[in-house]
Amino acid sequence: MNAESSPTPILEMRGITKHFPGVMANDHADLELYPGEVLALLGENGAGKSTLMNVLVGLYRPDEGEIYVRGQRVEIHSPRDAATLGIGMVHQNFMLVPTMTVAENIILGMTDLPFAPRMDEVARRIREISQRYNLEVDPNAYIWQLSVGEQQRVEILKLLYRGAEILILDEPTAVLTPQESHELGRIIKRMTDEGKSAIFITHKMEEVMEFSQWVRVMQAGKVVAVKKTAETNPQELARLMVGREVLFRLEKDACTPGDVILELRDVSADNDKGLPALRGVSFSIHGGEILGIAGVAGNGQRELAEVVTGLRKVTQGKILINGQERTNKSPLEIIQSGVSHIPADRIGMGVVGDMAVADNIAMKGYRQPPLTEHGILHPRRILELARRMIETFRIATPSPQTHIKFLSGGNIQKAILAREIDACAGLLVAVYPSRGLDVGATEAVRRRLLEQRDAGRAVLLISEDLEELLTIADRIAVLFEGRVMGILPADTADIETLGLMMAGAHESKE
Amino acid sequence: MIEALLLLTQILTITLRAGTSLIYAAVGEIYTERSGILNLGLEGMMLTGAVTAFATAFYTGSPWLGVLVAMGIGMIMAAIHAFLTVTMRANQVVSGLSITLFGTGLASFLGERLGPASNNGNLVGMVGPRFGPLEIPVLSQVPLVGALFKQDILTYLLYALVPLAVYYLYKTRNGLNLRAVGEDPQTADAMGIDVTRTRYLYTILGGMLAGFGGAHLSLAYAPGWTENITGGRGWIAIALVIFAMWDPARAVLGAILFGGINAVQFRLQASGTTIPAAYLNMLPYLMTILVLVIMTWWENLSHRIGAPAALGKAYMREEK
Repeated sequence: MNAESSPTPILEMRGITKHFPGVMANDHADLELYPGEVLALLGENGAGKSTLMNVLVGLYRPDEGEIYVRGQRVEIHSPRDAATLGIGMVHQNFMLVPTMTVAENIILGMTDLPFAPRMDEVARRIREISQRYNLEVDPNAYIWQLSVGEQQRVEILKLLYRGAEILILDEPTAVLTPQESHELGRIIKRMTDEGKSAIFITHKMEEVMEFSQWVRVMQAGKVVAVKKTAETNPQELARLMVGREVLFRLEKDACTPGDVILELRDVSADNDKGLPALRGVSFSIHGGEILGIAGVAGNGQRELAEVVTGLRKVTQGKILINGQERTNKSPLEIIQSGVSHIPADRIGMGVVGDMAVADNIAMKGYRQPPLTEHGILHPRRILELARRMIETFRIATPSPQTHIKFLSGGNIQKAILAREIDACAGLLVAVYPSRGLDVGATEAVRRRLLEQRDAGRAVLLISEDLEELLTIADRIAVLFEGRVMGILPADTADIETLGLMMAGAHESKE
Repeated sequence: MIEALLLLTQILTITLRAGTSLIYAAVGEIYTERSGILNLGLEGMMLTGAVTAFATAFYTGSPWLGVLVAMGIGMIMAAIHAFLTVTMRANQVVSGLSITLFGTGLASFLGERLGPASNNGNLVGMVGPRFGPLEIPVLSQVPLVGALFKQDILTYLLYALVPLAVYYLYKTRNGLNLRAVGEDPQTADAMGIDVTRTRYLYTILGGMLAGFGGAHLSLAYAPGWTENITGGRGWIAIALVIFAMWDPARAVLGAILFGGINAVQFRLQASGTTIPAAYLNMLPYLMTILVLVIMTWWENLSHRIGAPAALGKAYMREEK
C-alpha cells in the first residue's frame, strides 16, 4: 500500500512546536502516516524526533500544533488518551518496571480489566499474542531477568495486548544485535500486513531503506525533507540529515604536526552497564593537530573521553601521554600530566553552579601558587585571574562573583574554556564543545580550539556535528560500536562517506 | 505447667495490645512509601491523633467519634505533606520532620488547653470513654490462641485490615499501579497511571492510619492523655517498614516482636526484678536499632533491596 491507494492518513500532525528552556525542540513539524505503512523518522541526536513522538503519546504538551487521528482532530493530554486512540510507543529507554513480571508490566495501568485480574488468564492471552507474532517471552519472568532484546519484545507485546494500531518505535535497533534487528524487521512486517502502522525513529540509513515506505528527515526541530523510500538512497539521506550548508568558514593554517602527545594502543573499556563500549581503539594525536571523532551518539564517544581523562577504567590496552604510560591513572594525575577536559555535560561536570564565576575559573589552578600559598587561598589573586579571563574570553557576566548557573550556556562554556585552556599543557579533550550554543558562541569556541592547535597542543575533538569536524579538525576518526571505522584527512573527507561510516558501513577509504 | 501457659497467654495478650497502634501506622506507612513518598511525620500524626481522639471522646462520650476525628486529623496533616512533597517537590525528609515537630508541639498544646476548666484546661488525668477488651466466649479461654480473642474492637479490626492490605497490594490492579508508581514513576506515567494522584491518595491514606493508631493509644491501650503517649512509636513504625521489607504481613511480625519485648519488660518490672527500670524501658528501642542494623547488613549482603526504587524522589514529567 502507499499514499496513492489509501489517501486518508491514519495519523496527521500539523505545525507541532515545542520549547524547552533554551531549546526549540520542535519547530512547526508536520507528519503523515498511512495505514499499513512504516514511516521512518530520520535525524541526528537532538533533531527533535523523540520530542515529536512524546508529544504524540501525550507525555509532552505541544506549545502549538494540531493532531488528527483517522481524520478527527484530537487532544492528547496523557498516555492514556493516546492508548485510547490506539497509539502506543516503545521508548528508547524501556518503560518497564524491573522488579515486576512480564505479565504485570503488560497490564500496568490498564483500566478495562477486572479489579483483581486473574494473572493466569493474562498470561494465557500473552502467550496467544506471542505465538501469533513470533514474540517469544515467558509471561511469568521478571523483567530484570530478561535480555535487552527480550525486554523489547515485552514492550511490543504491551502495545499489541492493548490493541494499538499505531506503533511508535524509538530507535528500536540501537540496543539489538544484527540478528535481533532482522527479527524485529520481520515482526514489523507482520504487523503492517495486518493493517497496523508504525513510525520508526532511527539514524541508521540501512534501516530506513530496509523497513520503511516513507521517510521524513528532521533537523533542528524541523522536518526538512519528505521522501518515498523507494525513490531515495542512503547518500542523499545522509546529506539531508546532516545539512547541506556550511555554517562556518574559519581561516585555518596548514597543520604542522609536532611530537605525538596522545597515543591509544588497542584500548577497550566497558560502559556503565558493564557491556563493552570501546573495542580495541588505537590512534595517536600530534602536537599542533586536531583529531576529530565523528559518530552517532552512544557509539563509545563518552567512554573514549572518560578513558583519556582518567574517569573510566581501561579494561585492556594502553594510553600514553607525552610518551609516558598513563593507563588507569587518577583524574588528578592525568590533569598533572597536562590534560585539559571540556566535558559534554557542562552544567553537571564542567562547573559548580552555585559557586561564583571566579571560583569556577580558579578550580583548576587553585592547587598551586599564585592562587594558593601554604594551603591558603588568595581570594584577591583569584579575582584578578577571573577578571583577566572574563576580559580575554569575553564572558558576559554581571560580576566575577555571580553564581555561574545564572549565565547562559554559551558563557558557561566560555568560562570552562578559559579555565581549561589556561591550564592546558599538552592535550585538550573537548566533548561536544559547541552543542546547544548560538552562532556567535559556537564560533568563539571553535576559534579557541584552533588557537590551541596553532600553539602546538594536541586537541581531541569529539563532536556530533560533521560540519564542525570538517571545518576545524585535521583528521577525522569515525567511531561505530566502539570501533574506529577509519581515519580520514579532513580536507579530502566528504559528508556522504562519513555518514555511511557512522552508520556502520565499511568504506575501505582509509 | 498450666501456670506457665497462662502466663504466656497473658504476655501474648499484652503483646498484641501493644502492637496494634504500630501495625496501623506501619501498614499506612508501607502504602505511602510504596507510592514513593517517605513520610517521617508519622510520630506527629500519631500524637495529634491521640490527643484529638481522647478530647473528642471525652466531650461527646463516643470513642468512635474520637477515632473518626483522629483519622481526619491524620489525613489533613498527610495532605500537607503530600502538597509539599508532590506538588511543591520539597525535600521529603525535611517536610516529614517538620510535620513531626509541629505535631508534637500541637499535641502538647492541645493537651493543656482542651481539658475542662475544672482541671485548668488540662486533659492530663481526665478519664473518658474507652474501648475495653471484648472477650469472645469460649475462644478466649483456649490457652495461647485465646490471646487473639481478648482484645479491644480496634485490634479485632486489624484481623480484617491486614489480609485486605496484602490482597490489595499484590492482587489488584490498583495495587499493581501503586507498586509501579513507587518503583518507576516514569514508566507508570507512560502507562497512563496518574502519578500525582496516586501519591496524594496513599500519602493521605497513610496519615489516616497513623491517626487511627494514635487513637488506639489514647482510647484503648493507655486510656487518657499523657504527654508523649506514643513513646516514639511513630519512629518505630518507620523502622518496622524497613524490617518488613515494605510488606504488610511482615509488618505484623515486626509489631509483635516489638510488642512482645514491651510485654515481657512490663512483666519483669511487675515481678520486682533487680534490673533497674530504665534499662528495661530501653529494651524496645535498643531492639529497633539492632533490627535495623541487621536488616541493612543482610540486604547489602544478599543484594536484595526492598525499598521502592523511587522512594524519596520527586517526579516531574517534562524534566529535560
